[in-house]
This record gives sequence, structure tokens and C-alpha cells, in this order.
Amino acid sequence: MEPRTPIVARGDNLFAIDLLDAERALIAKLMKELAELIEDDPETEMLARLFPTALPDDPTAEAEFQEMVRSELITTRIKRFESVTDSAEGSLIDADQLQAWMCAINDVRLVLSTRLNISEDDSVEELDEHDPNAMAKSAYWFLGWLLEHIVAAAAEEPSE
Amino acid sequence: MSPIAPAEVAPAKIKEPEDDTHPHHDRPWKVIVWNDPINLMSYVTFVFQKLFGYSKDQATQLMLDVHHKGRAVVSDGPREKAEMDVFRLHEHGLWATMEHDD
Repeated sequence: MEPRTPIVARGDNLFAIDLLDAERALIAKLMKELAELIEDDPETEMLARLFPTALPDDPTAEAEFQEMVRSELITTRIKRFESVTDSAEGSLIDADQLQAWMCAINDVRLVLSTRLNISEDDSVEELDEHDPNAMAKSAYWFLGWLLEHIVAAAAEEPSE
Repeated sequence: MSPIAPAEVAPAKIKEPEDDTHPHHDRPWKVIVWNDPINLMSYVTFVFQKLFGYSKDQATQLMLDVHHKGRAVVSDGPREKAEMDVFRLHEHGLWATMEHDD
């Protein structure tokens, strides 16, 4: 991996983005795909990680909880995906956009992990170019790398 | 408030009926975050700080508890607070549940 810092806290509540065009395009594409999936088919197993069970021992209370939160969880996520898509080509983002990037990229990783069936720490093996999931695996790695830097940049900037 | 508090008398224990039509609204709840292999340790720590105002050290210890013990209690309180905390954790992609604090 290149010794590159993709997101840097400038200290003025703004964050400088240093990403390749292909990386920006990948991020925007993944956000768009996930936003469409959430809008079209929120109940799909692929998205199960985004809507965890809150009360596993009480089906009635669980149904009430999901009824209460589900639409807001969907709305929040679509807003975040749009925020990232809108700012993916720029060179600076603000603190709110950084939070949107952080959560949205984490969401995409959760969905990719479901697709790749990752169930144990560090279980993504070596990339094989003939692997039909090679694209998804490399995206998963890339987003993990990016997310580490986003969290580091956010932690550097006092949020209050 | 009286400056001299009267001696607290332990309330008589009343056996509550196990009846779903009378949820135990007044019993405290605890919010639990479960280990998962996807969320980055740094991300989980950051979310604990952001949502609950934990210090970096406290949040890191909770994250390590989740990672090594499989789960950690991150907050507690009345039902409405627990529901809100679980909702916010779900918004951030963490695997959180709530249960009665026995």
C-alpha cells in the first residue's frame, strides 16, 4: 500500500481529501448502488447488518421497535449516501460530511461483508484475479483502509 | 428537600405478575454491544465516544471488552433511553441489543 494519507484534518473544521479519480468513482458508485438497494428492497438479507435485532428475546417488543425505527434508519442512510456522492469529487469536506463519509463507508463494508460471507476477523484471503468476488474484496479492503484514516482524521479534530 | 432525610424503609417486595400486558416500564434496561468481525476497532471506539461522551480510555476499554469478551454494556437507563441508544448504535452500524438489568 502506498504511504498515502487520503484524508487529513486541516485544523479549521475542514478535511482535505487526497484520492485518485478511480477511487472517487468507486466510492460514488458503491454509495449509489447501496442507496438504490435500500430504497428498492430494504428487507433483503444483503442489508440485514444495517438493521440489527434490538430485542431478540421478545418478538412483540422487537416488532414494535423495528416499526418505530426502520424508516428513520433508512432515511438517515440515504441522506448520508447522497452526502458522500455529492462530495466525492471535491478536495475539501466539512465535519458533518466527514461523519457522513465515516458511517456510509462503514455501512458499505457491512453489506460487502455479507456478500463476501466474512464471518471471522481477517478472513479475507489473498486476492485471486479469477475470483468472481475479486472486485468486491478489493473494494472491501480499500474502504477499510479509507475508514481507518477517516476515523483518525475525525479523532484529531475536536468535535465540540 | 428536608435537610434531615427520614430513614429509608425498604419497600415491601411485591411480586409482579409475569404478564405481557404489564410491561415493567420502571425496571432499568441495559444496552449491549456485541462483537462482530467487520467493524474496525478504531471506528467502534470513536462511536462510543461520540454517542456516549466516553473518554478515549473508557471507550477503548469498552471496545476491547466487546472484542475479547464478545459483548459489553455501553449504557443503561429507562426503556426510552435504552431504545434511543440502541437506535443510535444501529444508525452507526453497530450490533446492539437491549435487555432488562436484573
